[in-house]
Amino acid sequence: MKYRAAIGLETHVQLATRTKIFCACPAAFGAPPNTQVCPVCLGYPGAMPALNEEAVRLTVLAGLLLGCRINPVSRFDRKSYFYPDMPKNYQVSQYDQPLCIGGGVEIEVEGRRRTVRLTRIHLEEDVAKNTHFAGGSGVDFNRAGTPLMEIVSEPDLESPAEAMAYLQALRQILVYGGITAGNLEEGNLRCDVNCSLRPEGRPELGVKTELKNLNTIKGVFQALTAEIRRQAQVLDAGGTIRQETRRWDDASGSTQAMRSKEYAHDYRYFPEPDLLPVALAPETVEAWRQSLPELPAARRARFEREHGLPAYDAGVLVAEKAVADFFEAVVGAGAPPKAASNWVMTDLLRRLAEREMDLGACRLEPAALAALIALVERGALNMPSAREVFAELFDQGGEPEAIVQRRGLAQVSDADAIGALADRAVRENPASVEAYRAGKAAALQHLIGQVMRLSRGKADPRLAREAIRARIEDVAETDDA
Amino acid sequence: MESKAEVEAIDVRYVAHLARMELTDEEAALYQAQLRHVLDYIDQLRELDVEGVEPTAHPSPVFNVFRPDTPGPTQPLEATEANAPRTRAGLFIVPRIVE
Ligand SMILES: [Zn+2]
Repeated sequence: MKYRAAIGLETHVQLATRTKIFCACPAAFGAPPNTQVCPVCLGYPGAMPALNEEAVRLTVLAGLLLGCRINPVSRFDRKSYFYPDMPKNYQVSQYDQPLCIGGGVEIEVEGRRRTVRLTRIHLEEDVAKNTHFAGGSGVDFNRAGTPLMEIVSEPDLESPAEAMAYLQALRQILVYGGITAGNLEEGNLRCDVNCSLRPEGRPELGVKTELKNLNTIKGVFQALTAEIRRQAQVLDAGGTIRQETRRWDDASGSTQAMRSKEYAHDYRYFPEPDLLPVALAPETVEAWRQSLPELPAARRARFEREHGLPAYDAGVLVAEKAVADFFEAVVGAGAPPKAASNWVMTDLLRRLAEREMDLGACRLEPAALAALIALVERGALNMPSAREVFAELFDQGGEPEAIVQRRGLAQVSDADAIGALADRAVRENPASVEAYRAGKAAALQHLIGQVMRLSRGKADPRLAREAIRARIEDVAETDDA
Repeated sequence: MESKAEVEAIDVRYVAHLARMELTDEEAALYQAQLRHVLDYIDQLRELDVEGVEPTAHPSPVFNVFRPDTPGPTQPLEATEANAPRTRAGLFIVPRIVE
């Protein structure tokens, strides 16, 4: 039978705060185990939580970026469960009055553009991290109490590819907004996924299963692909789907039911008496709204409109905020936008990809690239030499003019000097001259190449071409133009 | 509003399981009765007309008690480990967790 999938995602996002949500412990990743802890995040009896304002602000900013309504009054609740990652036996979260309600994320898959509706965004504390050994499990509380924002989507997604597109779009927006570092290796984004199938054409949703704790976008794709196949097989065989929590097993490429979660859905939420409610004045929210950065879609449109870039260029440039910022700085330093875009998209991005580097780690300054472009534009440097200068700027930084001087790369645009080199090239390559005159157009390139070689790459290629043609075409029978 | 019969349907054994408590049959019967008494009080409250009264989670109308995002001191590892029955390489060691 043909089925239609309904997929919803709960995306846990670690916020880019300096400290934890309810205590002043640093929230940084990578410290030795249990060295960023205190009585609050260890859950000692009687320790009192104090809410980090920045965690609230970043969650509200995320809500504004995603078109949510900001709840005028929101509050915290205790979510009760027993697990070694949470020694208080409850997690402080938000139940019926989250910070943000509604909203949506735009996705595009195979040319089909649509909006995935969001249910809500709430703020909670992250839990400790477990590692498992043969004889037991180890618990590290450094992560416990770091601020976690949970973005809950409606079951609007219909395929693993859409789920992936949703996560990529969400990550791009949140990184643009400075809400999270968005680092998947450090667990900045983690997903629980729910998934159900129903026969094609039936409106009401089928029984769903929940897949826990997927840490990569690719993992979400693989787990959903496997789970949809499993559910279809069960339904095709006349079986029924059990509502349960399943764990994705990377090694076997399949999902398995989790015993520990059998009773997990009765969390007995109740209001957290140790924390006061949050009531955000419209003026506060408005002031935060003013601090919002321009989002990728708006920026792409502006790049097309303001800088006259093709849609393709604009899309490539805005994909990473740092790259878009760099491009604008190059243009701001006086470079023509299309030339700046070409350099950033080809030379800069390719070199970064080859070295697996972030833009921040490279020494090239936007003003230096603008200066390099200016040298090319006014004919003082040809492209091969410019690439050489670019390579040095990328690795060591510096001023293009100084590099050109030091390396003696300035373009030779003196017609007499180039003419002398062309004479020599024609004299030393009679076979090529013959071939060209016999109608082999490619021989012209060889002769131009000789002029470039004799000038050690510094000749203006346009002048070299003219000089060669003037010398070999006066008796030529055909014109290759 | 739930009927009194529904309130009585609370399953003491289930609640005990959620709280990780093991009850003997006598204890289960005892707590079932005690819980019903508590719920009877709730039923009395339900008789009050609270139309137009805002539900309250906190007695005082205080909001937005925030802390600035400034790092403070943390607890020394020795003090943390002193509260752990077993540790290894700074980690608390617990019985192997079943997923
Ligand atoms: Zn702490």
